[in-house]
Amino acid sequence: MALQLDARPPVTPATGTPRPAGSGWWSRIDAKYSPYLYIAPFFVVFAVFGAWPLAYTFWVSLHDWDLLGTDPTFIGAENYTRLLADVDFWHSVVNTLGIFLISTVPQLLLALWLANLLNRHLRLRTGWRMAVLIPNVTSTAAVAIVFGVLFGREFGMVNWLLDLVGIDGIEWKSNRFASWVAISAMVDWRWTGYNALIFLAAMQAIPRDMYEAAAIDGANRARQFWSITVPLLKPTIIFCVIISTIGGLQLFTEPRLFHSGTNAIRGGPLRESQTLTMYMFENAFAPYYNFGYGSAVAWLLFALIAIVAAINVLIIRRLGAGARPDTGKRKGGTR
Amino acid sequence: MNRLWRASPLTYFALIAATVLSVFPIYWMFVVASRSSDAMGQLPPPMTPGGNLGANISRLFANTDAYFLAGLINSAIVATTVTISVVLFSSLAGFAFAKLRFRGSNALLMVIIATMMVPTQLGVIPLYMLMTKFNLNDRLPAVILPALVTGFGVFMMRQYAGQAVSTELIEAARVDGCGTARIYWNVVVPALRPAAAVLGLLTFMTTWNDFLWPYAVLNDPENPTVQLSLRALSDGYYQDMSQVFTGTAIATLPLLLVFVLFGRQIIGGIMEGAVKA
Repeated sequence: MALQLDARPPVTPATGTPRPAGSGWWSRIDAKYSPYLYIAPFFVVFAVFGAWPLAYTFWVSLHDWDLLGTDPTFIGAENYTRLLADVDFWHSVVNTLGIFLISTVPQLLLALWLANLLNRHLRLRTGWRMAVLIPNVTSTAAVAIVFGVLFGREFGMVNWLLDLVGIDGIEWKSNRFASWVAISAMVDWRWTGYNALIFLAAMQAIPRDMYEAAAIDGANRARQFWSITVPLLKPTIIFCVIISTIGGLQLFTEPRLFHSGTNAIRGGPLRESQTLTMYMFENAFAPYYNFGYGSAVAWLLFALIAIVAAINVLIIRRLGAGARPDTGKRKGGTR
Repeated sequence: MNRLWRASPLTYFALIAATVLSVFPIYWMFVVASRSSDAMGQLPPPMTPGGNLGANISRLFANTDAYFLAGLINSAIVATTVTISVVLFSSLAGFAFAKLRFRGSNALLMVIIATMMVPTQLGVIPLYMLMTKFNLNDRLPAVILPALVTGFGVFMMRQYAGQAVSTELIEAARVDGCGTARIYWNVVVPALRPAAAVLGLLTFMTTWNDFLWPYAVLNDPENPTVQLSLRALSDGYYQDMSQVFTGTAIATLPLLLVFVLFGRQIIGGIMEGAVKA
């Protein structure tokens, strides 16, 4: 996975070779044009199945366009104005942001802490790493179904455990906030270990003598962690936040399969945990097959992702600048 | 030695707790899969495997809502095809970006990196219209075609090729009159093999897991991927949870096998990718 994209050195073309021996017109053409042939498959497939659909979604969103699509009529921004007055749409916006917030913040903090543990001198190093990564390689759909049962009302294990410590059973599926928590638990179960390994990789790149020097200066463990590790991990943290934002705001499989039966695409009878992608799906495909309206949802979700990603980056930059130790020489923060 | 690196008993305690939390849902999935259907209504919940796995499996494969066998076969076809394609095209493009000189290569590489940040999932509606137009709805090519390349794959191969493929060897091969195609095959492919393996594993797992797009485009219940079979089982009117969990367990098993066999390489790939990029 890619980090610090802007910090990479530019591509250095390596074959500045003199004309090969025995070269004819063919090898000249080969050297000049074959690179394009090698990269063409990516661009062709991406253009047809990635970029074009995304752009065309906007065009569709300006139409009254249904499944048959025989005669879509241009209606300008009408889908959007309808959407902005659509209570169910805003309900799913709040659900999406709520689930995103209560899953991502604990997830990244836990991942940071877990990476810090994994960074110590451990027996069975690979074993622990595999153990924290294993949730990430399981089937999302399978896990969503399993968690749906674990969080069941009557016989779910979570309520049983809560009951053991004297807490009354929680309606994990029909209480809106509780369903957010359950879905967040599922998301965090899958992604905390993965992010921990990304953080671990970045931590290992920090020179250890920085810590030695800090220790000599009397900085304790916690101080070293917050004053050295976290600031130096900032690019990695920004990367993980962006990836979590893009993925988290598009959440679909987990909430969809957490519920079952006829109301599932609505995230429960009263749309307790319907995310924006589910709302797009409900409108664009079964049961409504309203392509125009669904496309408008898709574009507003796209805008939301861009806005939230930008806000997140700004927040992290600030936090990072604030957390820098004021000892010694420091270049100015990003403020 | 700085205390920061020392693992205290507390460290191990926390790691054991994390491991239990990680593994338990998977373990419990297999427990329920091996018991009879009334295991679901028992409190305290059963924690050890029972002897019903075989019966559950045969009932699962006989279930006429799920088409589970068809789902398994379809998922195997889709994931294998996509994996081969992604590894092939990514290694070709990665080689070109890392080792060949051509006009516009920097800008094109930037485009590829940018595509990794684009939520293409939001284009499902026109994609669905496109597949309808070409009469591919309900058929596997509809799932395979959009997945044939990934920006992540190209980028990963480019990063790896940059340091693993020997420039001297390429030059020597050129002097000997080799064309770029032969250089790719004889010099680049052998050097890229470790990274190609990791990319292949990650791609296989991602594709096997894919849910949203197959759910949108494969509406024929008789022709699902395995994840769609699970959805059918889970949404069924009459739910027999031991059968559903048998399904989730079997759908997860190939991924777990891959992970047990190649976990070290997968972890290496994830962590190296994080540092090198």
